[in-house]
Amino acid sequence: MDASAIIAALEKVAPGSGAEALASVDQSTILVPADRLLAVCGALRDDPALQFTALVDIVGVDNLPNEPRFEVNYSLVAVDVPARVRVKVRVAGDRPRVPSAAGIWPSAGFLEREVWDLFGVEFEGHPDMRRLLTPEDWEGHPLRKDYPVQVDVPVKFDAPTQVTEEEFRATMEKDRRLRGDLG
Amino acid sequence: MAPEFDIPILTTTVDKMAQWARRSSIWPVTLGLACCAIEMMSMAASRYDISRFGAEVFRASPRQADLMIVAGRLSRKMAPAVRRIYDQMPEPKWVISMGACASCGGVFDNYAIVQGCDQVLPVDVFVPGCPPRPEALLYGIISLQRKIDQQKAFGYARS
Repeated sequence: MDASAIIAALEKVAPGSGAEALASVDQSTILVPADRLLAVCGALRDDPALQFTALVDIVGVDNLPNEPRFEVNYSLVAVDVPARVRVKVRVAGDRPRVPSAAGIWPSAGFLEREVWDLFGVEFEGHPDMRRLLTPEDWEGHPLRKDYPVQVDVPVKFDAPTQVTEEEFRATMEKDRRLRGDLG
Repeated sequence: MAPEFDIPILTTTVDKMAQWARRSSIWPVTLGLACCAIEMMSMAASRYDISRFGAEVFRASPRQADLMIVAGRLSRKMAPAVRRIYDQMPEPKWVISMGACASCGGVFDNYAIVQGCDQVLPVDVFVPGCPPRPEALLYGIISLQRKIDQQKAFGYARS
């Protein structure tokens, strides 16, 4: 399924999506405005002609000297068709914000945490936005192009991650509620 | 054994005796952080076989371990966990820093990796290599045994 076919199918279920095809060497790629992202994602998942039921990866890109500075790529797979598509969203460098796709694909939860941790792109509406790969009290977003390679911060090792009983119970309860919601 | 006596007696000091026992049964804690752990496992397996030196019993609990082999790059996020495992080991305990990454950060000269695990743990022996061959790690353990031999059995203080 090439990009123009995907966009044609999208126009039927989500008119005015603003999606446009981008040149690519490997797989169909479409560019979507950030404010239409959720409508497009929902259509990509639910439309019987598309059926992109699996979100495989979310990747952040930092094009530092250029604006819009950040790009967020969603790799989608339609297992039954079968087909792949890459959905791109471009956001400005000043407080980059993208709506969270966690309500559409639960796998977005961890992937968006990773992108936020390393690039500082905020995902609005994410149920549990915490750092994933760096320590909890880390400052900055290391994969940004203006982040130094080496930092002069002493290694913290005397205060291992401690979770109080209340925090533990709250997390368990939240987890249970979340799974109940997802059915 | 004194030849004039017909009973099996060996005279030595308590220090020597205790340290002989300690160095002959160094039990490492099961800890592998990266690819160096593969070489460490190879050293424990039959081809190189550290049981020849009494150190083959990799304990799954730090409470039963004497030695921590930091096998691989230590990330800043992992540092508190490794330090906690070290703290849980009973005295006397020793640390081997295995490979370039654990010893100085190696090729990972970046914000995420601790540039030398001696910032986190008191290291006794550094084993160079990327990764060190099992023979090199064996030599590290034998060097540690020599070091233990020279230590005092009681009332010693960690440097």
